[in-house]
Amino acid sequence: MDNMNITSAQYVTDFEGNNDNIRATIDGTEMSVPLDEANRHYAEIMRQVEAGTLTILDAD
Amino acid sequence: MSTLKVDSIVDGGGSGAPTAPNGLTVGTTAIPTTGPLSNRNLIINGAMQVAQRGTSETGVTTSGYKNACDRYRCNGNNGTWTISQDTDAPEGFSNSFKMLLTATEVLGNIDYWAVEQKIEGQNLQHLKYGTASAQSVTLSFWVKSNVTGTYCANLYQDDGASNYPVTYTIDAADTWEYKTIVYDGNTVTSLDNDNASSLRATFFVVAGSDYTSGATGSRAAYANATFAAGHAVNVGSAVNNYWQITGVQLEVGDTATPFEHRSYGDELARCQRYYLDASDAYLFLDAYQTSGAYSSVYVAFPTTMRAAPSMFVSSTDSSNIQSFVGASVRTTGCRLEMRVSASGGRFYIAGGYYTADAEL
Repeated sequence: MDNMNITSAQYVTDFEGNNDNIRATIDGTEMSVPLDEANRHYAEIMRQVEAGTLTILDAD
Repeated sequence: MSTLKVDSIVDGGGSGAPTAPNGLTVGTTAIPTTGPLSNRNLIINGAMQVAQRGTSETGVTTSGYKNACDRYRCNGNNGTWTISQDTDAPEGFSNSFKMLLTATEVLGNIDYWAVEQKIEGQNLQHLKYGTASAQSVTLSFWVKSNVTGTYCANLYQDDGASNYPVTYTIDAADTWEYKTIVYDGNTVTSLDNDNASSLRATFFVVAGSDYTSGATGSRAAYANATFAAGHAVNVGSAVNNYWQITGVQLEVGDTATPFEHRSYGDELARCQRYYLDASDAYLFLDAYQTSGAYSSVYVAFPTTMRAAPSMFVSSTDSSNIQSFVGASVRTTGCRLEMRVSASGGRFYIAGGYYTADAEL
């Protein structure tokens, strides 16, 4: 796995209020991470959530 | 000199097409007798032409895709490196991938440093892994280093988690050398037919003792001892040590054929399935809205990406913007969405640009 340093993660909703992506700061860069298990950033976010080392905040 | 003039060539039985069971060589060039005659190379960007992220990154200490040649991922935890797309290359090539050590680190038994390329399983189904007809593959490449000795190149299989370490030797310092390695097919474990990584060609330059003691030249279930088995040099031992590579080709069969040169545009399109740099885009969005309003523009990716990509979005100028992000991201495109932060007045993004990352 990559050594990703994820310092923040928060869901972003679409027009209908559904979770659309995760706005995350990964290795110092803020990016929009789609909810796709084949996306390596999403996979790592969920791995860290599973490990209890990261929490995804609800959307504003 | 004799000249052979014939009207036809037939097989040993006197009829039918002749075969070349031991391969066919014309001049000094091996002609493919296994697999397709084109699109042979399973490696993308083998000639190191494409470097969308940039041509050099200093201070590299961790795994990941760096600002150098597309599709090559640094992997490991030892040393500080400058990773670059270099213009030093053997005849017939213009670029190479280079790792230059800029700070040493004590080599522990579980330390290593390597570069690898991951290959999607759905691009490997013709290897027929998991059947009695599993195909051998041949890895060929040009390599150069100031550190001579024995190196390991591991063909790691993600599906079933196995190592296949084989060693090669750099004989002369600071000299481009051509190497070939043959890996037998895997008759036991198949490759998943999907968009995930199934095989990785991994080139080690540093490996601690836990990774080097296993057997080489054969496939085995993953164990630390076979991860870099046989690797016996340490490029990480002194500042300014380097290792560079180009002309990387992985092809079906047990014979290395000439490198399949592809056009820059062809390689770029292949790379863009995994990473897309649109930093030269100049998107403009504006609106007269109230707080909380949206404005967005759809961008279509030039090629379908491997997975829905992570989006980095920014702009050279903006006014009264709460956020500017990628949204509704799919493999074919996404919306770049501007949300406004205040009531009334004009809101805009100017010079918007993005990158999309769907690497393995």
